[in-house]
Parts: sequence; C-alpha cells; structure tokens
Amino acid sequence: MTAKERLVDAISDMQEEEAIKLVKEMLEAGTDPQVILDASREAMAIVGNRYERKEYFLPELIIAGDLLKEIGILVKPRLKAKGTGKSLGKVLLGTVAGDIHDIGKDVVGFMLDVNNFEVRDVGVDVPSDVFVKNIREFQPDIVGMSGFLTQAFDQMKHTVEAIEKAGLRGKVKIMIGGAIMDASVAQYVGADAYGADAAAAVKLATSWI
Amino acid sequence: MPEKSPQQLYDERMKRVLDAAALRVPDRVPVFGPYQKYPYAFAGVTLKQAMNDYECARTVCHKFVDHFQPDLDFGPIFTYPAPAMDILGWKAFAWPGHGLGDDIMYQYVDGEYMKAEEYDEFIQDPSDFMLRTWAPRQFSALEGFSKMVPWRRFMWSGWMSLDFFASPEMRRTLDLAVRAGEEMKRWWDSQSQYKDETKAKGYPLAFAGWDWPPFDILGDTLRGTHQILADMRRRPGKLHDALEVATRIFVEYGSGAAGEPLPLVWVWVHKSTREFMSDAQFKEFYWPYFRRGLLALVEKGVIPVVYWEADFESRLPHIVDVPKGKIIYHLSNTNAEKARDVLGGTVCLMGNVPNIMLLSGTPHDVRAYCRKLIDHLGKGGGFIMDSALMLDEAKPENLKAMIDFTKDYGAYR
Repeated sequence: MTAKERLVDAISDMQEEEAIKLVKEMLEAGTDPQVILDASREAMAIVGNRYERKEYFLPELIIAGDLLKEIGILVKPRLKAKGTGKSLGKVLLGTVAGDIHDIGKDVVGFMLDVNNFEVRDVGVDVPSDVFVKNIREFQPDIVGMSGFLTQAFDQMKHTVEAIEKAGLRGKVKIMIGGAIMDASVAQYVGADAYGADAAAAVKLATSWI
Repeated sequence: MPEKSPQQLYDERMKRVLDAAALRVPDRVPVFGPYQKYPYAFAGVTLKQAMNDYECARTVCHKFVDHFQPDLDFGPIFTYPAPAMDILGWKAFAWPGHGLGDDIMYQYVDGEYMKAEEYDEFIQDPSDFMLRTWAPRQFSALEGFSKMVPWRRFMWSGWMSLDFFASPEMRRTLDLAVRAGEEMKRWWDSQSQYKDETKAKGYPLAFAGWDWPPFDILGDTLRGTHQILADMRRRPGKLHDALEVATRIFVEYGSGAAGEPLPLVWVWVHKSTREFMSDAQFKEFYWPYFRRGLLALVEKGVIPVVYWEADFESRLPHIVDVPKGKIIYHLSNTNAEKARDVLGGTVCLMGNVPNIMLLSGTPHDVRAYCRKLIDHLGKGGGFIMDSALMLDEAKPENLKAMIDFTKDYGAYR
C-alpha cells in the first residue's frame, strides 16, 4: 500500500490522528503536496458516497470537513498556485434572512464541493438583495436556499421574488432545503425543487447541469 | 342546558387531555399546541414589543385564547423577557433588537461553550462548571463568577477565600445579577397573573415544566452541534460519562412537575433526527439515556410530551419501547400513519397539520387533513390535534378551521 492509499483510507475511515500523522510524514519525505490534496479529494468522494448510501451521517461529514481544513493548513504553504480543476457547475448557497442556522447549509456545500461543484457560500441571515448581488457577480447555475424555521417560508418566497424582479430568475435553478421543507413549500416559495438532505441536493444539482 | 361554569370547563379540558394521554377515550379529540410567535402576529404586535412589554404580551394572549379557544393555553411563556436578557448581556442568543429584526423569532447562537478538555470538569462537578466557566461565557454580566473559587472547597477554612467578592468584576456581576433578578421577578409575576386570569376563564396551562434530552443538554448549550456530533467518534468514552451526568440533570429538571394536576413536561428534542446520526449512534448515545430519564419521570407521575423534531420515522422501532399510556409523542413531520402503526396503543400521538398548509392553504384543505388524521389516528382515543411544528405564522381562518373542526368531528359519540 502506498502512502497515498493509506492516507485515503485513514481519511475516509475517520482515523483523524492517523491521517494528520501521514500528511506530516509525507510532507517531510518531500511528497508533492498535490498528491496529498488528490488523496484528500479521493477520500472525500468516498465519504460522500458512504453518506449517500446512509453508512455515514452528519458526524462523519463534520469530521471529514474538519480534516480537510486541517490538511489544507498543513499543505497550502508548500503548494504552488494551481487552478481549481474541473467544475461541473456553480452553486450559490445561503441561509435566508432571519435565520442563523448553518449546519444543513454547510453539509450541502461540502457534498456539492466533493461532487465537483464550485460553491459560493454567502453565510446565514442573508437578505434577498445579497442573494441578488451575488447572482450578478458569481453567475451561478443554481441557487440553494436553506432555512430551519417556519418563518423561512415567507423569506424564501420574498427572495425568489427579488431574484425574479432583478430579471435573474430565468438564469438560475433554485433549490431549497432544511428539516421542515417539502415539495409544497418549494411550490409556495416559487423554487424549482426541494432536497430532503445533502445527497438529494447533489442529485438535483447534477440533474440540472 | 345551563351554560358551563369556568371551573367546569377547566376540569373538562384537563380531563380531556389526561384521558387522551392515558389512552382512554375522552369526550372528544383535544386540540392545542405551542403557539409560539403566532398569537402576536394574529394581534398585529411585533415580537420585540411583546418581549419588552409584559402587559402587552398578556393582552395578546387573552385575545388569542378568546378567539381560538384551544383546550390548553401556553400564554406568554414564549415571549422571553428582553429587558432581563439585555441586563445579563446574553452572548449566545439572538433576539429582536439584539442581532435580529423586530419580528424575527429568537434563536440560539450555536457554539462551543464547553471545550473538549473541559469534559472532566463538567463530569466531576457540573454545578461548579456551569457557575464559574459556562455562565461567564454565556452572559457578560456574569463574568465576575469566574473570580470565585469552587464552593466544594468551602468546608473549614473556605471562608478565607471570600475576598473574591471584593473584586471589581464580582461587584459588577452582583449588581447586575440583582437587577436581572428583579426584572425576572416582574416577568414571572406577569406569567402567574396570566395563569390566574386564564384559569378564571376556564383554561388550564399546557405546561408544568420543560426539559431537554440528555444528549441535547450537552449538545445545545455546552458542546454545540458541530462538536457533540463529532464527539460520538472522537471521544465516545467522555461523552458517555457526561451523558450519565446529563441524565440526572434531565430527571431533576422534569421532576418539578410531579404532583401538579396536569403534569405535562415538554421535552424539546433537537439532535435526534435521521440526518444528525445513524441508527447505531442513536441507539448508543441518544436513546438509552433519554429512555432512562423518561421512565424516571413517568415513575414520578410526570407526563412527558416529547416534541420530536423533523422526521423521525427511522427511530420508531426504538422509541416504542416505553410504558403504555404514560407519554405523549409529538409527530412533527413524521408520517402520521407510519407512526401510528408502530406507536399506536403505546403512546398518545400529537400533531401534525403541516405548517405550510396553515400558512398557505385554505380552511377546506385544513379540514380535509384534520378529518384524515382523526379517522386514522383518533379511533379509540390516544390522539391530540396540533400543527406539525410550533406555530409562528398562519392564516387565522386556517387555525380556526383546525380547532373548530376537531371539536366537532373529533367528538367520540
């Protein structure tokens, strides 16, 4: 087994200490940092897969996300600037105004990223004009709105209306997510679809590209 | 027939709910729920106004209960006292006028308020940890408590450490704590005034206490969502030890309702949903402690109302393992018929008219949905009508349709 293969296993099997130890060893041995990033990406794809198959849940996605950040900190100083590689499409993500919950949105962002989407996350409590401004700047194919509270119903509706008013509705597909969302909410707010979980969000996004 | 007196109505409403909870057949399906921000929207009052003006909150709740006449009433309990929160400088909370717009529901600011290396301190002496470490992190006014020495060391010569009371930080904290306490007293006085007024009209209050499952006691305000979920893999041993402590706190919390005529303790379930953890993790970390706590409360005569959150279909085979006719399970977004198939005959079920229907549907839609619920879940008792989630927004005619239709069609004739 090569060091790279061992790293893929350690990350995808949630062996955090082992993974960090391997990364440090590889860097000391002069391994090209790009190899480590490739291994991380490969491992994240496995994690994403296990999540879709319901072997992994939120805890594992959280740990994988933390690991990716930690590896990034170790590797980035040694990395020569390089392109971000292929992108299936661009997704703008945010939790709508009046709602400060981020876990669901973060997990969707993670899963989209793992599946080769370019994601711009505009955070929580995002007013409709910020969505509009970011659609103009970032030109996403898809807008993902997250919300955890029932008051998000009307705020999502309001945001879709603002996108419509700005003349941008025809340029983006809109999906919504959050524990309390369903198809009737998607219809009410004027979105194209809702995703029951992060795997569903990836499926929707892929089907739209 | 002469009109019923408020006392008769009061007794009737209480009996109706107690019968449903115990899986006996009441006179009709009870209908009530935690109407959170909705009464204020109905009265055209912002949440900010209601949280700052206790009299206004009481007036709104009277208006709400007079118009809709649910079986049980929550009153103004969900309008937290903003003046006291301001004095305390609550850092872990956002509310109207304090990080949120005037009419936005208040929210907890999720964060790591107990660090991983502090598990042992919490396990060894939770009160000391909450007092000297947690409280200063949550409330800027209580930062002086970090100057204290642990009170467990106060035997014999402990009094010699009392010089901490003279520190400027502690003087400030004591001053602010007294002011916050006075404000809290005004708020509680308003709550009990409302309770008396509403009782005089024939409405019992829907709660005798609140509680949170052991996993959420640790996850909500101590470790935070991100950390507690990762802890199941990173430090399962510590988590189990802390869950033992949290289970004792859970039982202590809920026990306050023991001996009340309507001993409903609402248990707010947060991190048990299918997304948050696998079934194996639920079986290992969530359910065993929660179940043990619930059984202890039942033993004390308390009726827990478990407010399961989101869709908990995958958990049904586990959570059916509780004593018969002693607990109410709120359905939230779970498929009502699937829940009935597993839980029916064991626990009283409560719910679950979709909130989006109450907001955007018609009275006709609502009545059709309620009819289906009563037909499928209401047979032979053990069912309470409510919205799927705590109510913040709805068309008044839709909520009225839910309540009035249940009173009529839900009668056991």
